[in-house]
Amino acid sequence: MALNRKIAYIDLSTGKIEIKPIPIDVRKKFLGGRGLDAYLLYNHTEKGCDSLGPKNTLMISGGILTATCASATARTHIMAKSPLTGLLGSANMGGFFAPELAWAGFHHLVIKGKAKKPVYLWIHNNEIEIRDADSLWGKTTTETQWAIRKELNDEEIKSLVIGPAGENLVTFANVMTGIKNAGGRSGMGAVMGSKNLKAVAVRGTLDIKIAYPTDALNYNKRFIDQIVSSKVSQTQGTLGTPFIWGATNSWGGIRCRNFQYNQCEYADDIEPERIDEIATETMGPYHMVSCFGCQVHCRAQYKIPTGAYAGKYDEGPEYTSQGAFGGEVDCKSAETVLTGNHLVDQYGMDNLETGSIISWAMELYELGIITPKDTDGLDLRFGNDEAVIEMIHRICFRKGWIGDTLADGGIPASEKIGKNSFDYLIQVKGMSNLHSDERATPALALGIATGSRGSDHLRSRPAIDLYHLPGEVLRKIYSCPIPYDGPLSSEHTSYVGKSWMVFWQENCYMAVDCLGICKYHTLFLGATHPNFEDWPKVIYYNTGLKISPEEIWEIAERSYNMERLFNLREGLQRNDPKKGDVLNHRYFDEPCTRGAPDVVGAKLDRKKFKKMIDEYYQHHGWDENGVPTAETLKRLGLDKEPSHLL
Amino acid sequence: MAKVLMINYEKCTGCRICELVCSVIHEGVSNPARSRINVIKWEAEGLYIPMSCQQCEDAPCQAICPVKALSRDQALDYVKVDYNICIGCRSCVAVCPFGAMGFDVIGKKVIKCDLCEGDPQCVRFCEVKAIEYVDAERLDMVKKREAAQKQSAAQKKALTLGPRN
Repeated sequence: MALNRKIAYIDLSTGKIEIKPIPIDVRKKFLGGRGLDAYLLYNHTEKGCDSLGPKNTLMISGGILTATCASATARTHIMAKSPLTGLLGSANMGGFFAPELAWAGFHHLVIKGKAKKPVYLWIHNNEIEIRDADSLWGKTTTETQWAIRKELNDEEIKSLVIGPAGENLVTFANVMTGIKNAGGRSGMGAVMGSKNLKAVAVRGTLDIKIAYPTDALNYNKRFIDQIVSSKVSQTQGTLGTPFIWGATNSWGGIRCRNFQYNQCEYADDIEPERIDEIATETMGPYHMVSCFGCQVHCRAQYKIPTGAYAGKYDEGPEYTSQGAFGGEVDCKSAETVLTGNHLVDQYGMDNLETGSIISWAMELYELGIITPKDTDGLDLRFGNDEAVIEMIHRICFRKGWIGDTLADGGIPASEKIGKNSFDYLIQVKGMSNLHSDERATPALALGIATGSRGSDHLRSRPAIDLYHLPGEVLRKIYSCPIPYDGPLSSEHTSYVGKSWMVFWQENCYMAVDCLGICKYHTLFLGATHPNFEDWPKVIYYNTGLKISPEEIWEIAERSYNMERLFNLREGLQRNDPKKGDVLNHRYFDEPCTRGAPDVVGAKLDRKKFKKMIDEYYQHHGWDENGVPTAETLKRLGLDKEPSHLL
Repeated sequence: MAKVLMINYEKCTGCRICELVCSVIHEGVSNPARSRINVIKWEAEGLYIPMSCQQCEDAPCQAICPVKALSRDQALDYVKVDYNICIGCRSCVAVCPFGAMGFDVIGKKVIKCDLCEGDPQCVRFCEVKAIEYVDAERLDMVKKREAAQKQSAAQKKALTLGPRN
């Protein structure tokens, strides 16, 4: 049964391992995955602990539906205090790790302390062993995974690993599984590195009993039909996420040259169709692959066609790599995008943060804030493909002053570089923005400004805001499961009702992360995709747990408030440009210069934006400083935290 | 007319939903270790190959079975295990050239594809049609057409490239 999956506490300092069941009343409060991780983080860390010290606690988990007969239950969630932001660290990845963890008997791992020397965890059918990882240290992400399989003599082992970037404590190092599945954001790889934890290897052959197998099968089939019949899923399954970059670039929603332009022009070589052509040429017509149990198959396979790394196999690129090593740095070569993507995959480094911070450094270089002396002669101007690739190496291995400085992350780097470098850093709460430009879309801007892990498009982005859906359709979506009769607008340039849309999506994505399913299987890009109303049956048929749409909504709210409480404890203040719900001033001061007619000239309005944040706080039941009120905490049963239920 | 499972590994996206639904329909659990089909992967090369029973005409499993527990099902034309006779000696597991005869350590029995009484769940859930359930007599022509398609594409490419020096 999914509900009998356990939680394991592993202390790397003492070697002590404790395994416990997860009580059903805790499940009913947080379900699992990200929600329960947030609870564990708040309860198992002390205020102000060092992100890279032994007192930080690392959570690795699957959701309540992981590996059950629901669709796309592949996601692994990773949480700790972030070394990049000093606030909530949270990352989520696809692949096959979380299902294997569930088949091995576990849903949640809580990892504390620090090993004296490199180790990895070996988890196999209810058993956990701490093993020596001396021979793995220094290896890339895939080398590590294949070496573990060889050592333990089992090709079916799935591992979550760090690469050299994590070992070198690059504050935006990620954790990886498979070729390119990355728990990318907020530096969870550095937390593993700081604990001398190179990998978690799992293999499981235990049953997960399905409560009502025939119903679960039939309902899953219905879900799949609903998803694959939508055009957006079909396009994702053909072009992968690059199609989003292409579409967004067409109307002017892509950051270019850090934040100088909102469209990358003459970029034919990195358009999704071109990337798809390379995948077809190097891997054949059937080059799209999937995570566990998913029919969207949004991941391409490719080989780098030309250059120093020609012939190297990898997967992706996601649109994040197109943005990171294409648009933001103004390099328009597929070779650079595909090579950059390959290197960060191998090194275990967040592509999004890496590209963003390089493009920031490039702007500083062109402004003279960084000089050739600082870069040891590297010509760090925009459009220099070789400089981008060189910077990836330098950051990963902290080579030279510039590599070492940027490896600390945006805000610490800006403090080291000085002058007015911070003004050009496109970040929220210390985490770089996606390659998208939200000046023309207030709803999307609100989402990144308030995201609990810093600037982020996967926390609350109401992507369907761009579809201009009929009012009644919008109403139907956003007034369920909780009635909402306030204002709503289908116009993407409007500020009206957007705070509710962001609040709704926040709860939707939180629920998805607690269930352990992929956001491409809910209302993110597809307006007809399953959400709150559809989940109770999936949960019931698979686990036997009875739960209503309203209860799922409340669980999501509770979990999100848990994250907010953590951030507040670690120093979040509404108007703090480094730790608050604040966007870079350029969103308000510099108008868009490219793109569609209603995008050219667009910039955010300070007054309206502030009002939108006020409304957003009210929906949450937070005061004007963004702090949950006593009534809100009481309503959600969070008035006695930390409560140490687990 | 009898039907067969036709697997085109090139189309497989490696999602393993076939393993999931196979174990759910047969055992009521999610557990690839108890699935009759498994996707074998070479991740470093991006190669995924679903492996299942070929329902051999001259089946080694049937030939070696010391108690004659294996027979050919007349209605669906597949190799069938009679669990009332089977002694669980695993001789069939040892001789299967495809590794398609498995041993379920939890259920303590040999397991193999039984075509789900004519509605194979792996086929039902494989959206990319890497696994199809087709008339046995059609199989050859489908394969021939696919091969011919590749050949003609290669010829066309050769013509456009022209003679090499």
